[in-house]
Amino acid sequence: MYRFANPTFFLALAGRLILPCALLAAALLGWGLYMIFVLAPDDYQQGASVKIMYIHVPAAWLGLACYGLMTSSALGSIVFRHPLADVSGKALAPIGASFTFLCLVTGALWGKPMWGTWWVWDARLTSVLVLFLIYCGIIALWEAFDDPLRAARPVAILTLFGSVNLPIVKFSVDWWNTLHQPASVFRMGGSTIDPAMLKPLLVMAAGATLLMLALYLDGMRTEILRRRVRSLQMKQVGQP
Amino acid sequence: MRAFWALVRRDLRLSARIGGGGLNGLMFFLALIVLAPFAIGPDLNLLARIGPALLWISALLSTLLGLDRLFQADEEDGSLDLLQAGSLPMLALVSAKCLAHWLTTGLPLALAAPVLGLLLALEPVQLGLMSAGLLIGTPALTAIGAAGAALTVSLRRGGLLISVIVMPLMVPILIFGVASANAPLLGLMEASTPLKILLGLSLACVTLGLVTASAALQERG
Repeated sequence: MYRFANPTFFLALAGRLILPCALLAAALLGWGLYMIFVLAPDDYQQGASVKIMYIHVPAAWLGLACYGLMTSSALGSIVFRHPLADVSGKALAPIGASFTFLCLVTGALWGKPMWGTWWVWDARLTSVLVLFLIYCGIIALWEAFDDPLRAARPVAILTLFGSVNLPIVKFSVDWWNTLHQPASVFRMGGSTIDPAMLKPLLVMAAGATLLMLALYLDGMRTEILRRRVRSLQMKQVGQP
Repeated sequence: MRAFWALVRRDLRLSARIGGGGLNGLMFFLALIVLAPFAIGPDLNLLARIGPALLWISALLSTLLGLDRLFQADEEDGSLDLLQAGSLPMLALVSAKCLAHWLTTGLPLALAAPVLGLLLALEPVQLGLMSAGLLIGTPALTAIGAAGAALTVSLRRGGLLISVIVMPLMVPILIFGVASANAPLLGLMEASTPLKILLGLSLACVTLGLVTASAALQERG
């Protein structure tokens, strides 16, 4: 475990993992898209627009998952004070924000033909929008400090504070009976989605997760290198 | 406990002596409410319908107003370090400063809300609910705001950033605050239901906000 926490070892490991992750993600997403557009049936009510789901649902999962990972990174930065945890949190924020944004946009595109409106102030939609705004706040706080090392603690605390929203997003459809449909894949008593649609969805989810992993590792590697460059520059200028 | 009240008194005195402190927030609140009918038009039915929302948004904005100086002024002249070295634990310190902030912003707003509600043609029962809601909800707004202020304490221009960070977290308070004031008008539920939820939310937010703020101040580099 501690070996992975060594930045140099991590760099070497990440360097080896990124390409396979990216290739596998591309393969899975390609296979998933083929299944969606060729094999998977249209919905009896929604027609072809149900295909938006295969992007929308994985994006929503990953938007939440990234925040979950960010929360554990924040714990790592506060409890263990490990620089790699700071780097992990910083790399995750834009990725999570992008997936959440993708979820909101595809949701709006799906909502227009199905609900007849781009947007409603429904509990699930609102809480996901709040999640997106929290992501934006976290990114803004990262950028506000001149010295990225000093930004890590405040951002970690803000991340923990914002994590209160996660269960609200997850359970909003169960707590409030609103327009957005309740959980249908991971629920007590099994999934309510037909296997013909569930399989492409899971393939897309796996592909998107691998894509997230590749972006995450690459983001962390870039951030570590950026920090090294920065400290070298600082040394050159003669500041401690 | 004496140190706690001394700190509260100090902050109250500071806010009273520097530019009228507490009253500024109230004037801002009044200005926002007076602006609204000009922007929306003097349709009393419409104003009554959106009045609680206007009052809550104005209260939220007035709370945000003085936040960037809440800890920063003390951080800049070093008194925060002195206070931290004193007998008061950080959490008590933050609580004292938040209490003083609330006494100068949240409380006057809650007391003034019924008067301003008259300008927006609210029903008498709504006026009471507005006041009660603001009394319950503004401490949470202050505490969440204090967390934002503490996180950005070492930044030169943190003012706008605080709002960006803090506003999404204030959404639940706003929702249930407005819901309680609108309840008698819409007749969907008892006004006490959202008011109780607001109370619970407010207690949770005050706790979380104060703990977050004191952690952030302790961690400041």
